Amino acid sequence: MTETTAVLPYGDHSHGKLWLDTVASWITTVDHKRIGLLYIGYALVFLVIGGIEALVMRVQLSMPNNHFVTPAVFNRMFTMHGTTMVFFVGMPILFGFGNYLVPLMIGARDMAFPRLNAFSFWISAFGGLLLYFSFVGGDGLYGAGTAPDVGWFAYAPLTARIFSPGHSTDYWILGVFLSGIGSVGTALNLVVTILSLRCKGMTLGRMPLLAWIYLVTSWMVFIAIGPLTAAQIMLLLDRSLGSHFFDAQAGGSAVLWMHFFWIFGHPEVYILVLPAFGFANEIIPVFSRKAIFGYPAMVAATVGIGFISMGVWAHHMFTVGLGPAGNIFFVFATMIVSVPTGIKIFNWLATLWGGKIHFASPMLFSIGFLFQFLIAGLTGIMLSVAPFDWQLGNSYFVVAHFHYVLVGAILFMIFAAFYYWYPKMTGRMLSETLAKWHFWLFLIGFHLTFDLMHVPGVLGMPRRVYTYEADRNWGSWNMAVSIGAIIQTAGVLCFVWNMIRSYRKGKLAGADPWDAWTLEWKTSSPPPHYNFAEEPVVESRRPLWDLKHPNETDTEYE
Amino acid sequence: MSFAGILSTPTTFAIESWPMRFFHKIPFLSGGPTSIFSPQATPAHAIFGVSIFVLAITLTIFLVVAGLLAYTLVRFRHRGGDSATEPTQVYGSQQIEVLWTALPILIVLVLFLATARIINVTERARKPANALDVVVIGHQFWWEYRYPTLGIVTANELHIPASDPAAPTPTYLTMTSADVDHSFWVPKLAGKMDLIPNKVNVMWIDPSQPGLYLGQCAQYCGMAHARMLIRVYVDTPLQFAQWVANQKQLPANSASAAEGKKIFENTACINCHRVAGTAATGKFGPDLTHLASRDTIASGIVKNTPENLRMWIDDPESLKMGSMMPKMHLNEDELNAVTAYLTALK
Repeated sequence: MTETTAVLPYGDHSHGKLWLDTVASWITTVDHKRIGLLYIGYALVFLVIGGIEALVMRVQLSMPNNHFVTPAVFNRMFTMHGTTMVFFVGMPILFGFGNYLVPLMIGARDMAFPRLNAFSFWISAFGGLLLYFSFVGGDGLYGAGTAPDVGWFAYAPLTARIFSPGHSTDYWILGVFLSGIGSVGTALNLVVTILSLRCKGMTLGRMPLLAWIYLVTSWMVFIAIGPLTAAQIMLLLDRSLGSHFFDAQAGGSAVLWMHFFWIFGHPEVYILVLPAFGFANEIIPVFSRKAIFGYPAMVAATVGIGFISMGVWAHHMFTVGLGPAGNIFFVFATMIVSVPTGIKIFNWLATLWGGKIHFASPMLFSIGFLFQFLIAGLTGIMLSVAPFDWQLGNSYFVVAHFHYVLVGAILFMIFAAFYYWYPKMTGRMLSETLAKWHFWLFLIGFHLTFDLMHVPGVLGMPRRVYTYEADRNWGSWNMAVSIGAIIQTAGVLCFVWNMIRSYRKGKLAGADPWDAWTLEWKTSSPPPHYNFAEEPVVESRRPLWDLKHPNETDTEYE
Repeated sequence: MSFAGILSTPTTFAIESWPMRFFHKIPFLSGGPTSIFSPQATPAHAIFGVSIFVLAITLTIFLVVAGLLAYTLVRFRHRGGDSATEPTQVYGSQQIEVLWTALPILIVLVLFLATARIINVTERARKPANALDVVVIGHQFWWEYRYPTLGIVTANELHIPASDPAAPTPTYLTMTSADVDHSFWVPKLAGKMDLIPNKVNVMWIDPSQPGLYLGQCAQYCGMAHARMLIRVYVDTPLQFAQWVANQKQLPANSASAAEGKKIFENTACINCHRVAGTAATGKFGPDLTHLASRDTIASGIVKNTPENLRMWIDDPESLKMGSMMPKMHLNEDELNAVTAYLTALK
């Protein structure tokens, strides 16, 4: 096969195969690249669904005393939006990239357990379908459909059968529970792959930072998903078999659920944000044309975040009445997380310093990420000050803060990752013109929405209200926030159109379109089933740099 | 720490200090009835003080780091005329890493000490003997207020006496919930505190300016969460004494209300509502003994006019979707009579 023939990846029809064979081959595949793409495609579908749910909420909130949807519908929308975005967009898209990239970057031919990999994907996918089946069967198959309306952290005892009759909460429990099983399976797979399948010469100290990050993230998934799964089972027992773990009327504890949920929930934030850091660690050096600054410090900061983030969960509970001692402990733990996080920002800055910065689309999104993550971190420090949190907690300030993390940091880096690795996955470049439209529209929409959203929080607007009083001065802020959401939608449409169009019409990428340095760029785009014809041997952190600069290899400096 | 001492604690900014005045001049942040930046009681003041401190530190960090980042991006951008060679490769520096690890640790320590201090002065404040006790019970979707020392039970409109800063008479709110989690949040008076079933929380407020302070439930509690508003009336000592005296009396029996009273007592109304001195002894819904003395109904969402009251009795869903109050299917005459009865409960 020569470089000039356009061969469509995966969908090879040249041998007279039926489309059904293609579908069957995707369903039965155990190839890490195909499973990675399945994860990503599945997450993108849910991203669109979760986005539509957000738009419904924004229309409803654009004016005081609005009647676009009923409170029942609004409450389902924010529950489904949160659950979908965390469990069925964030987790699968990051596992998708991990699945696709980690074996390629460490010079392996597949994941350690290919069948477990396929199982994990399909069980997670089933969880998402089950959650959405509640729209049909939430009140039982005979009745009208409904969806969970207890909020994504589903505080007890609102989830007790007496306050949440019907089956919608059961669908929520089971959907999230199943996705958790898939997450643990993939995390296990990634840990074993990274620890035992690295190619010759790739010591832990030479591993790409992205692989380090997936190693730490996967450990965190192990530790964090357990308490959530246990709590889901207890809640299911409460609802179905009459146990009283969280049933306050019968002596159970509502606060116990909060602890279980946030012992999962806070590390989960870092589970989502660490891979975004990983993408930045790969993209920023390539487009600055410099090695990452302070590799060992970056690894230490990642491991440090992994440990500290396990001990900060009760900062979600400053208003629960933990008492001064508990509050003070969690204030300290939360504040100290900012130290390793700050180290990362400073190292990215130092990587840019003295480089030749190219503003291609992956880098544009990465720069947006750097500024926005800085702001998200600083509002995080404000919220870690418990007394400030007594005012801001559960207000729109918090909603703005965590969307700054999830959208401004994580989603921006996910877009950067798409622009950076799409050529590797499909063999085609994405259009830079559409990418710029996407970037600027999304950037403007993002800031209009989430900068201004801090203000109604300061003005006393709690989250999860389906409407509000006109005399509170929240109306014009909310209108601007909603307009921003529409501009963001336009940006995402550019992105979707770019992916569809470039799949057939994009410029051919070749093996290494960005002149990059890690192993995935050594093989063809898209890579063959077996990844590498012969096992690569590496002698430094940037094997392709060494190949391209035989006179000044990295080996002398590490 | 003794209670009076809190008011002069050095980490809280004085009311007339320049940062306070500065923030009060930003109308979009301190305007509106529920801004956290126009505090009117000591807990809200203490929070405001530490907030300004944190905002100043984070703003400084932002300006330095973002400025450096912007400068780097401009200065080291790739220029068209550049030769194809790669820039000098730099791999790291231990000294610099130590520097930017140590500096944030110092900032964190300062922030932590300031925070711990405010936590202590608010949560460990010793309760003065003359404090007023109010028990707050959250319900789907309304507030119950009980004054155990005064023998008063009321709903949705909390009355407390203004506290003289020279001789503070704070109000201590002891909070719990009858059903699911709620959260009591009146931004001008204090931060929020959750109401959790099977758990008792305490918070205090000491507003010195009489007036009406607004807020609402801040923990999602079900369908009508958004319509669970809070109204705190801070009365002058004299107004408060009058209010207490009125609440302690039984409502007068008026002849025009007799028909409505009979209908009220012969329908399911009395299963949930209480009117002191009558057959109505329900506890599930708000106490109606002095309903007509309140400014609003349905947890603060509409004014307490005979028209609104009639609409509410006729069809609660029309005013508040998700309300636990059922439609009683009264006919027009019965509605008028019950409205007249409730309007007479002064």
